[in-house]
Amino acid sequence: MDKTWNNKAWFMVLPMLVLVAFSAVVPLMTVVNYSIHDTFGNNQFFWAGTTWFEDVLSSSRFHDALLRNLAFSAIILIIEIPLGIFVALNMPRKGLGVPVCLVLMSLPLLIPWNVVGTIWQVFGRVDIGLLGHTMAAIGIDYNYVNDPFDAWVTIVVMDVWHWTSLVVLLCYAGLVSIPDAYYQAAKIDGASRLSVFRYIQLPKMNRVLLIAVLLRFMDSFMIYTEPFVVTGGGPGNATTFLSIDLVKTAIGQFDLGPAAAMSLIYFLIILLLSWVFYTVMTTYDAKG
Amino acid sequence: MARISLDHIRHSYLANPSKDEDFALREVHHEWDDGGAYALLGPSGCGKTTLLNIISGLLHPSHGKILFDGRDVTNLATEERNIAQVFQFPVVYDTMTVYDNLAFPLRNRGVGEADVRARVNEVLEMIDLVGIADRKARGLTADLKQKISLGRGLVRADVNAILFDEPLTVIDPHMKWQLRSQLKLLHRQFGHTMVYVTHDQTEALTFADKVVVMYGGEIVQIGTPEELFERPSHTFVGYFIGSPGMNVLPVRLEGAVAHLGGQAIALPGAMEAGTDKRTELGIRPEYVRLGNTGMPVLVSKVEDIGRQKIVRAKLEGHDLAIVLSEDGVVPADPRVEFDPKGINIYADDWRIGTGG
Amino acid sequence: MIIRGADPLSAHGSMWQRLFKPAARCLEDGAWEGFTDMLQLDAVSKISGASAHISDVSLSLEKGTLNVLLGPTLSGKTSLMRIMAGLDRPTSGRVLSDGRDVTGEPVQKRNVAMVYQQFINYPALTVYENIASPLRIRGADKASIDREVKQAADLLRLGPYLQRTPLSLSGGQQQRTALARAIVKKAGLVLLDEPLANLDYKLREELRAELPKIFSESGAIFVYATTEPSEALLLGGRTATLSQGRVTQFGSTVDVFRNPVDLITAQTFSDPPMNVLAMEKRGSLFVRDNMSSIPVPSGLAPITEGPCTLGFRPHNLSLAAGPGTVVLEATVVVTEITGSESYVHLTHGDAKWVMLTKGIHDFATGTALNVHLDTRHLLVFDDAGRTVRGKGA
Repeated sequence: MDKTWNNKAWFMVLPMLVLVAFSAVVPLMTVVNYSIHDTFGNNQFFWAGTTWFEDVLSSSRFHDALLRNLAFSAIILIIEIPLGIFVALNMPRKGLGVPVCLVLMSLPLLIPWNVVGTIWQVFGRVDIGLLGHTMAAIGIDYNYVNDPFDAWVTIVVMDVWHWTSLVVLLCYAGLVSIPDAYYQAAKIDGASRLSVFRYIQLPKMNRVLLIAVLLRFMDSFMIYTEPFVVTGGGPGNATTFLSIDLVKTAIGQFDLGPAAAMSLIYFLIILLLSWVFYTVMTTYDAKG
Repeated sequence: MARISLDHIRHSYLANPSKDEDFALREVHHEWDDGGAYALLGPSGCGKTTLLNIISGLLHPSHGKILFDGRDVTNLATEERNIAQVFQFPVVYDTMTVYDNLAFPLRNRGVGEADVRARVNEVLEMIDLVGIADRKARGLTADLKQKISLGRGLVRADVNAILFDEPLTVIDPHMKWQLRSQLKLLHRQFGHTMVYVTHDQTEALTFADKVVVMYGGEIVQIGTPEELFERPSHTFVGYFIGSPGMNVLPVRLEGAVAHLGGQAIALPGAMEAGTDKRTELGIRPEYVRLGNTGMPVLVSKVEDIGRQKIVRAKLEGHDLAIVLSEDGVVPADPRVEFDPKGINIYADDWRIGTGG
Repeated sequence: MIIRGADPLSAHGSMWQRLFKPAARCLEDGAWEGFTDMLQLDAVSKISGASAHISDVSLSLEKGTLNVLLGPTLSGKTSLMRIMAGLDRPTSGRVLSDGRDVTGEPVQKRNVAMVYQQFINYPALTVYENIASPLRIRGADKASIDREVKQAADLLRLGPYLQRTPLSLSGGQQQRTALARAIVKKAGLVLLDEPLANLDYKLREELRAELPKIFSESGAIFVYATTEPSEALLLGGRTATLSQGRVTQFGSTVDVFRNPVDLITAQTFSDPPMNVLAMEKRGSLFVRDNMSSIPVPSGLAPITEGPCTLGFRPHNLSLAAGPGTVVLEATVVVTEITGSESYVHLTHGDAKWVMLTKGIHDFATGTALNVHLDTRHLLVFDDAGRTVRGKGA
């Protein structure tokens, strides 16, 4: 239903608009500018047109990084969503346990991302890290610096540890809103635990699950800080995601043009995929 | 179908109840016949939902036992008691079709598909949902969803009792009539023991063979709708049943006459209560005759409710409600007479005698 | 839950008052000061997507009247009230207050109070503070706030509960608090959206008896939405019957009840549902194949021949003959007893009827019964559903 307009409200939002314009819109325009010129950032611009875009899109380096991102997001979703649902189902819904569980679940989300990276970097070190040392002591050959597989495992586990709580909290909110009468009716009907999950809990969680999937996908696709702190993109190119590649190009190699082009392409990919998700979400909502 | 016995049941939600007020349900001791239709009627907080949940097993009573056909089921879980419950708002499995909703309880017990089909079709006929059997339960209206809830209860042929917890709350007035008469018909045809909780006296009286009126955690009176209407044993029952409720007038008893202010009302027989008790005369508005003879009243308002009129008047300074037919008129000098059949005398709220 | 638009949450603090004072001043010297004489809706429609919540509604509500909106759920009552309040904008049409177009004006500028079904009060404030909140917004002084709050509390019998919070009170008391807050605002338009629906049957009766007194003491325009015909009859005033977003009739309650303009209005305004019978008028009889014919009452003789629908209410059927009655055969389906009366559900051919008769009668299913129809109160509708009246009927 459309509400009546209140013009005074716009004035309240104005300071925020100015801030957003300054910190986001202006830099975005700068990047667009860089992507269509050849420049070293010293105010000398030579028109390059779509050169940088073509370069980036045809480079195998870009394709590899993109594939790594997609693989990473897929693995993350496959692990975190079911795990999140499972934990949410087993969290208490009434009584003293509730605030305790909620606080425990929120803790990983409160830690700054580079600190998360640092924690796992030290944690996984073979010489002084708790995990690394224990693995070596058991006899497992674990070294995330040298072994690409180990690096991947470390980053995946770190992301699961960091972000599953978000899925848990969202699903929990959905579960808590189910009235008791449904569980009572299921008891009376003699439904098994699995049936209760399938026919009562899952349908009611649908909406929040879609939000959780959308958020996790977007965040995992944009991942930068945590893997960078842990592996720096290595070993070799094993964990070089698009974001890390981008920064290397822009700052390491000082190729501002290609970097700008790549960031725009990156931005558009995320925008497209998010739009797809959003459309799916809203048509699903409208149907049901 | 089962006989339900409530054996000295008391329930408190508190851990260490000490006084009467701590108990949501004070002493309830009663036996309900197999196949009867009962209503638990009372205002919010009277303990009716607590009692219903104790019967269904969703609540374990802090004291007392409950028996089905003589078997102690107090410690049995809900699914083992074999009862069906219809809740205040429709509880259906949204993702399943109507057919699957009804089949669910049977399938959970491992009943074979052929038997499931036979039984579900039978119930679909009973509740008149054959036309939408294949539709998803999600988009249906509230009354259809309540019917599905009811159907899920009926589908198990050996169900001990069907319990209703204010099931018509979310239903529109027009559909209420249909659903209620359908419930009544179902009861007449199949004879399940049905217990219906409500605060709406019309629903209770139309549905039940026997109504249990509850107040403050206790059973105040049990009787047929007629008994409750004609002979309420407590002024609360008189007030709660009937719309408008019974007129209660404070009187002074003297032999076979009740004195209200300056008026003397003849009673069919002598009544006596202790001198320290508060005596009142109860008479239903339907038994007050408005005409040109009798005690003078002051008419303050006439309400037209379509099929009849309700006259609000004052007799000796006390409120009196009178029922008048649709075409009735209030005379210029209004006077009332009490039909002796409808006079009940109360001492300290409990009935001591009647006029009829 | 904050009542959108009606009372911004600002019970204390001068900073808040200063921020919101401009709004309060509008209340004071804007065109809505004091009471409106007439609120008009002119061809208002509200369409969203494929569904029309409201179609082409025109109403005139006068000062000091109680107007009931009667209709089933989803018939457009709440949508209509939201448009009257200014919470929503109509897709087309205008809202006029004393002739002035206020369609676009937001609800903060209008002098409106609203009472909801779900006992909405500020949960953290005491009953006293709840009732005082509109006065505090307005910046009234302490003495007059105290006086007005006590007055409203007395009117709604909330005296002993002033220092308690709403959630510790019973449903009836919470709703009285919401009502007190609406009254104290002295709004020109008071909207009540099924306010008694969540209360117990007897509480509903009590509060309903008190409402007309409360309404008549203020001079505002009251709009009361309900699904129950008996509530409309008990409240009196004027009634607008709604069906699927349209107002089918608007007039004095008793008049709409006794003289509905069409079948839809008659059915909306009937509880128990109206009994209908499709027949054909031929000469001086209503006939239908395989059924007994009914003589046409003399007052209805001039109506045109052809197919029509007869309508009568449950209490127009009885077990005994009387003046103006005709006999019909019916079969009993089930009987419901309410203490002193019986509702007998019958079938007559393929028509399903309800008969309300005095006394206890418990008929078994399948019993054949002769019922007597009082033709003096018979309603006749033509094949388009409109009521037809003969000369002098």
